[in-house]
Amino acid sequence: MPGKADWRAHGLPVEGEHADLPTAGGVARDDVVTCRLDDPVGPIAERVAPSPYGFALVTTADGILLGRLRASVMRDAPAEATAEAIMEPGPTTVRADTLAADLAQRLTERDLKTAIVTTPEGRLIGVVTRTDLEASTA
Amino acid sequence: MAIRIELPELQRLIAAGAQVVDALPQPEYRETHIPGAINVPIKSLDADTTAGLDRARAVVVYCHDYL
Repeated sequence: MPGKADWRAHGLPVEGEHADLPTAGGVARDDVVTCRLDDPVGPIAERVAPSPYGFALVTTADGILLGRLRASVMRDAPAEATAEAIMEPGPTTVRADTLAADLAQRLTERDLKTAIVTTPEGRLIGVVTRTDLEASTA
Repeated sequence: MAIRIELPELQRLIAAGAQVVDALPQPEYRETHIPGAINVPIKSLDADTTAGLDRARAVVVYCHDYL
């Protein structure tokens, strides 16, 4: 069972010099499109089109992250293909207690716009954007 | 006897007066720790550094990833 990381991932209070600093968990949005392994790609692509992220996340029924489906990949896939067939399994994730400033810097260095936030068990919390991270530390 | 517990059990134990020990290095403890936790870094955990703990009360030890 996860320790301090999980404590913070559940939004529980902490003490210390960094207690009030913004974290990935505090900035994450829960509006990313999600789907299941056996969902057909066509309807997923339609839901991703208006979303701000350009991808959907594949999860289990109880929210464990399995993979990512990029809009660019879905465009080239048959509409009846399943999410499992074309997803990127096991995308990189960050924990909710990651400091927003540190994560913003990492994303900038790697020229990335977003990061996926999960609990230590892999349950999806949401997606953070570099813009939101930078705004939280301004 | 040491056992692993889930988060809800930790919250129950804290409410019931358990002692909480943060076993992470001091710099990490200073940054953030569970409210009320004392710091005994794992590498310095021995009879002397834990002498102040009350043996009559539950003790919960945590690090970054496990309770």
